[in-house]
Amino acid sequence: MSTLTAAPTQARVAQSSGRGLSRRRKDTIAALVFLSPQLVGLAAFMVGPLVFALVLAFSDWDGFGAATFAGFGNFADVLSNPRIQRSVLNTVWFTALQVPGLMISSFVFAVLMQKAGKMTSVYRLCFVAPVVTSSVAVAAIWLWLFNPDISPLSSALRSIGIQSPDWLQDPNFVIPAFAIVAIWQGLGYQLVMFMAGLQSIGSSFLEAAELDGCSGWQKLVHVTIPLLSPTILFLSITSIIGSFQIFDYIYVFMDSNAPEAARTIVYEIVQIAFREFNFGQASALAFLLLLSLLGITALQLAVQKRWVHYAE
Amino acid sequence: MSTSTTIRNSRRSASEDPKRRGLHPRRLAGRTILHVALAACAILMALPFLWMLLSSFKPLTEIFAQPPALFPLEWTTEGYEKAFAGADFVRGFWNSTYIAVTVTAVSLLTSSMAAYAFARIEFRGSKPLFMVFLATMMVPAQLTIIPLYIIMGWLGWVDTHAALIVPAALFNAFGVFLMRQYVKGIPKELEEAAELDGASRFRIFTTLILPLLRTPLTALGIFTFLGQWNNFFGPLIFLNSDANFTLPLLVNQFKGQYGADWTALMAATTLAAAPLLIMFGIAQRQIVEGIALSGSKS
Repeated sequence: MSTLTAAPTQARVAQSSGRGLSRRRKDTIAALVFLSPQLVGLAAFMVGPLVFALVLAFSDWDGFGAATFAGFGNFADVLSNPRIQRSVLNTVWFTALQVPGLMISSFVFAVLMQKAGKMTSVYRLCFVAPVVTSSVAVAAIWLWLFNPDISPLSSALRSIGIQSPDWLQDPNFVIPAFAIVAIWQGLGYQLVMFMAGLQSIGSSFLEAAELDGCSGWQKLVHVTIPLLSPTILFLSITSIIGSFQIFDYIYVFMDSNAPEAARTIVYEIVQIAFREFNFGQASALAFLLLLSLLGITALQLAVQKRWVHYAE
Repeated sequence: MSTSTTIRNSRRSASEDPKRRGLHPRRLAGRTILHVALAACAILMALPFLWMLLSSFKPLTEIFAQPPALFPLEWTTEGYEKAFAGADFVRGFWNSTYIAVTVTAVSLLTSSMAAYAFARIEFRGSKPLFMVFLATMMVPAQLTIIPLYIIMGWLGWVDTHAALIVPAALFNAFGVFLMRQYVKGIPKELEEAAELDGASRFRIFTTLILPLLRTPLTALGIFTFLGQWNNFFGPLIFLNSDANFTLPLLVNQFKGQYGADWTALMAATTLAAAPLLIMFGIAQRQIVEGIALSGSKS
């Protein structure tokens, strides 16, 4: 009898009237059945916790006893705490090092690998292997590579006359050290994305540019990069969100005793919530993190019209 | 534009007019430089893994050698013996595997069910509800983990695997979003024909839609599995007892206890990293597709 899909609602209601449930109601019930597991998940593990976090952010509570209303106290405490301010600066500094480093290097490698022919999959194996490895294993390896006494990296630098810093202990080098690990681990992901993007650029554009006498460099700047701009936008949004949440490496490198120079926003959230059991302050800081991520993403989406081209 | 074409990169560029390339010595030189540069960088990328693997077979006395040597002078399995004595890696492997497999299997089912509802069933509030799912992708895990920790406490799920499995299996906004795109791509005529034959929605979903989604489901499954298997943050917050630990937690704990025993730590790290690296070596194409998928439909 009736069709599942796009027939006008009125016709279907008319068709099925007089046979118990209306078509529309049946559809709603079917939708609910199919959606139910994810709806339960959405309510119990996302919306519920979000509302709860909002309540926590405005309360004083250590997990025991009664919570008291704190107004904007937690937010004021968080914003005026110099240790947290430092962690914000550290996070921004990490992002400023990691995101451009990651995007530029993976883009360059993707362009080069396009021309690598049969060897592509061999090279790609090496670049993508860190992506499938857990951040804990990655950090454990780099713990060795950053140790100036036993690191082959320091030894190699020394042999060409460079004294390598004590990466994880030196306050000036600890954030760059995190960025190095993050770039090493994240490179393969962006490489795969850029290679997919390059693949989707029709060769006709590049051939047309070639016929017009464009050099390789001109093709890259005037054809490839504009056509890849949606990929660039996507990766810049997701990688900034990701780098603002850096935590795993720091925790493996330093456990819960990271010095101020090495603490990031998420590290602070975890310490405040699960060491100091100040759930209110931790939630307030986490909300501020969400708000800044929303702000940054909105900004990127607002300026995208000026530089992102959608080829149709 | 899709993920499956990503991979064929190599073939296409290789077949791109080989004659012209052969004729120009300058091009040949260019290609040689390209391959030398790429190979050098690829080796640099792989070196930390080689260092991990080879160091795990060194005796402890060799780690202070100057200059450090990549290969052990004397091969030993001491590190592995200490790793196995210091932590239950077999159990950790089992915990990581069954958690990741359960979450992946259930969340593939629940997210494709929800995706089917969003893509194919008209109901009031469909669009706003879908927007809610999309919006939650922006929420950082650290925001919800505090209330989740308290909720898990009430449920008595702290230090159980349920705290990791249930939320991830029942809520996967990215999976819902991605599968909805693919369900929308399936021609409606197929379902209309099945419905004329009297098939119920449930039957259409299980016998028609799910089989057609095999490729994106495989890719999403790989992506989900990787995320779960490597997850550190969730297990760190929710799990306390050694017997429940996943591999990343075990390595982290091992590092805390045997931090100065570098070869044992590298053996432990190798044990934790090897399963996925081996899997990656075997199924590179599928895994790269799974990774590429996360951006392909955005």
